[in-house]
Amino acid sequence: MLDPQDKIRFEQLVLPHLDSAANLARWILRNRPDSDDVVQEATLRAYRFFDKFHGGDARAWLLQIVRNTCYTWLQKNRPSELMTEFDEEVHQRPSANPETLATQANERQRLMSALESLSSRFREVLVLRELEGCSYKEIGEITGIPIGTVMSTLSRARERLRQILIGMAGTAAKEVL
Amino acid sequence: MNCELAETTIHGYFDGELDAVRSVEFERHLEHCPQCQAALEGIESLRMQIQQSNLYEHASPELREKVRKQIAQETGKDRITAGLSWKRWFLLPTFGTLAAAAALITIMLFVIPSHRGATLTAELIDAHVRSLQPGHLFDVQSTDQHTVKPWFDGKIDFIPPVADYATQGFPLVGGRLDVVDGHNIAALVYARRKHFINVFAWPNREKESIAESSGSRQGYNWVAWQSGDMQIYLVSDAALSDLRELKSLIHP
Repeated sequence: MLDPQDKIRFEQLVLPHLDSAANLARWILRNRPDSDDVVQEATLRAYRFFDKFHGGDARAWLLQIVRNTCYTWLQKNRPSELMTEFDEEVHQRPSANPETLATQANERQRLMSALESLSSRFREVLVLRELEGCSYKEIGEITGIPIGTVMSTLSRARERLRQILIGMAGTAAKEVL
Repeated sequence: MNCELAETTIHGYFDGELDAVRSVEFERHLEHCPQCQAALEGIESLRMQIQQSNLYEHASPELREKVRKQIAQETGKDRITAGLSWKRWFLLPTFGTLAAAAALITIMLFVIPSHRGATLTAELIDAHVRSLQPGHLFDVQSTDQHTVKPWFDGKIDFIPPVADYATQGFPLVGGRLDVVDGHNIAALVYARRKHFINVFAWPNREKESIAESSGSRQGYNWVAWQSGDMQIYLVSDAALSDLRELKSLIHP
């Protein structure tokens, strides 16, 4: 059980990474209200398991719990989303249709849609690397991907994202013509 | 020609994950491999695009608040289940509480008497919010009324109405001393599902009694009434109906 010292340690070590937790959950679940719920649940879990944290990288430790909570949540609430997860070539359809996406001049919007149409396994490594600045070791720790395959996963994720962006640009070009 | 390195090693190089030897090796290769040069440009511009698009999703203030609250509540539960000795809590100096009390007394000097009712409510809500801050909820932590009641002996000159209503769904969690209107008052803490209810009690020293009232403010609900010569205020984020239920238990 946690004593007051643990609580203070938790507040000092773990809570500063709440932004990282919110960011990762938001990108795995692709929707803010759901990800806020999951982050709340995950931080509570982290707090309960805090005596299992034996120092080291508190951010990676928290993010690992956040990620697990996200997938448990998906399994329960959107199981169909996970069915396609292991087939990397099946690319989930973006929420809006390509025409709408293409006409969105907004670069940010386009990138968001592209990221969101990736499978979550690809999306999470990209988010951890490009937005969170995690090392390969940390990515491995958080996602459970063996450290030796983090590089190749990232490589495929980047390639996939690039293709989707090219596809969008192509549709956009056709629209203009 | 398809360069294998353009699909693997180049990412490790780009991410600064190669050791010095492999890094130098790859740089040598890069000089002569147009495919890797193009690929490197590609992933560089992808990163630029991602980073310039401001895609990072920060935690909202609401989420922060929720998480903080939840942990404060969880700590309350921990203490109960862990069954820590109340003596330990009694001995812990509540520095924050003292500072808050001092601040409150200072504020009290400027309180306009005509707004007494409204100000009092605001203060008690503040006291409630403050009590939810880490480590402030109770000075004596116990579900046992026979532990909580004697704790107040000698600290205040009245006897607060302490009873446990666990069977009715309002378990007693603990108590503490608070200062409102320049006086020591007793604060009893009850749990209601996932919420905490502060029961503030003090003897009414005013000539006129404060009318029975209830309402909500800043998202917190309160119910106030006079019980004998005791003034009682319930404050919580629990539903008003819950507060009324607790009131009927305290003052049948």
